[in-house]
Amino acid sequence: MDSTYHWLAGFAQSAGLLYFVGTFLAVCLYALWPSNRARFDEAAHTPLRED
Amino acid sequence: MAATGYPIRRATTGEMGGLVLAAGCVLPLIIIAALTPDPAYAFHVSLAAVASLVAVFLIGNRCFSPAPSPAPQEIDGKPNYNMDPVKFATVAAMVWGIAGFTVGLIIALQLAFPDLNFDLPWTNFGRMRPLHTSAVIFAFGGNVLIGTSFYVVQRTSRARLAGDIAPWFVILGYNFFIVLAGTGYLLGITQGKEYAEPEWYADLWLTIVWVVYLLVFLATLAKRKEPHIYVANWFYLGFILTIAVLHIGNNLALPVSILSPKSYVIWSGVQDAMFQWWYGHNAVGFFLTAGFLAIMYYFVPKRAGRPVYSYRLSIIHFWALIFLYIWAGPHHLHYTALPDWAQTLGMTFSIMLWMPSWGGMINGLMTLSGAWDKLRTDPVLRMMVVSLAFYGMSTFEGPLMSIKAVNSLSHYTDWTIGHVHSGALGWVAYISFGAIYCLVPWLWNRRELYSLKLVNWHFWISTLGIVFYISAMWVSGIMQGLMWRAYTSLGFLEYSFIETVAAMKPYYVIRALGGGLFLTGALIMAFNLWMTVRHGTVDAPSDDHALQPQLVPAQ
Repeated sequence: MDSTYHWLAGFAQSAGLLYFVGTFLAVCLYALWPSNRARFDEAAHTPLRED
Repeated sequence: MAATGYPIRRATTGEMGGLVLAAGCVLPLIIIAALTPDPAYAFHVSLAAVASLVAVFLIGNRCFSPAPSPAPQEIDGKPNYNMDPVKFATVAAMVWGIAGFTVGLIIALQLAFPDLNFDLPWTNFGRMRPLHTSAVIFAFGGNVLIGTSFYVVQRTSRARLAGDIAPWFVILGYNFFIVLAGTGYLLGITQGKEYAEPEWYADLWLTIVWVVYLLVFLATLAKRKEPHIYVANWFYLGFILTIAVLHIGNNLALPVSILSPKSYVIWSGVQDAMFQWWYGHNAVGFFLTAGFLAIMYYFVPKRAGRPVYSYRLSIIHFWALIFLYIWAGPHHLHYTALPDWAQTLGMTFSIMLWMPSWGGMINGLMTLSGAWDKLRTDPVLRMMVVSLAFYGMSTFEGPLMSIKAVNSLSHYTDWTIGHVHSGALGWVAYISFGAIYCLVPWLWNRRELYSLKLVNWHFWISTLGIVFYISAMWVSGIMQGLMWRAYTSLGFLEYSFIETVAAMKPYYVIRALGGGLFLTGALIMAFNLWMTVRHGTVDAPSDDHALQPQLVPAQ
């Protein structure tokens, strides 16, 4: 019981931390990547461009 | 109708399949209804048999209609949007909304004046309370979400809704689930899980409906004409997918028999509690937040005539929100048998959620930059902006209440009820009202709403109601929490339980007054929408809506 907890806590505090921070960084990179700017600006106008 | 002039046509494969399935259900359902010893269950199964027969009739009747089937994807190069299911959902949302608000008012009055229970099993607080929560969250909110998602996914994909019968199956099937759930509570059928009260057969039915909903949504996205999937659709997709997972996980249960409405959930003890609140908090996070944020990302820019303030922020908002929300559930189980570390984990993620929540709120509010003047003239936009303010307020309050030390005061008190209603009335209902005020003229091809003045009245009356409601609950809840923990100098509890109940009575009356005002506002809204559809000016034919032949008013 105790070792399960320690194993789980160790896993969450290492792999879990890396997974979350890594995912967050990947999302930020994707959202803020300069060459994506035009595409996202275009997408922002989607509701207004309706025929 | 001139239907007599048209020959009957062959049913499509989809119609044939629907007919066979619906017809095949009738006899087994009648047999179950006849064999079960439980009268309430027999009533539900009979309802299902009738619904199957109605489905056979409705599908069969399509073969007599003059419209080509399946409907063309495009007319004159423009997408031939399928808006009839959206219309149905909009009307259903208003009807269920008013029913749900009314039941809420009744149970608020019951708390202040217990005689209103009438000493009848069907009308006591214990049965009416889940009727209220389910009616406002799942019946009102659910129809708003399904209706707007079908609208938004078509418009932002420039493609007709996928499927011929499937969208109707989703809307009608979902509302049938609502009928099963609501009548079940009054008749005493419940599995006792908060916000997941319906028993196994209703849960199974909802699972089927929900999977079809997901497929219709995905298939519509798949045939989109736009290269990019607009952010509102991401939020809708997150909502649909996660609710499917949560619903199935929390409702894994073994029925006693096919002839009994009773089932036993497979989780036991603290695991069951954990599962329940993993589900329960994400009903808030994905049903009442992600889905309604999707509405915000479409309807606020549309109404303000401005693009989303920052599309990049909306992407970060989406991923951060869904990755954090799913962990917040354990904060409902502070100081229980749940391991301490799990409680702390739930608390930590709840506090972190403050960031994406406020990021989204700022993104929505700043969308108005350059259009702030419209707040003075457009009460519909004002309603949506106030909903964002309430969203910011309740997503600040929520993390605060998830902190263990605060929770030790707030938990099990009326403070929680106040918090929930600042979110539900202020955020969810207001953004829904805003969306419905936008949708009705668009769907019924009207130039504008019947009366903006009435929208103004609705806005001020219901805002006053919300303020009455939440401030009464804050005072009552904090007082209740402080009275519970008050000790005398000798170490005895200072107040008996009934003394705390007596002290709360005036606030219960104020709360009921607030609820009454909120209901009044909704009735004004219903009248306004009715007049818009019946007597509104038809939109000029140059407008895009006129290109949808099925939207011509059917007088």
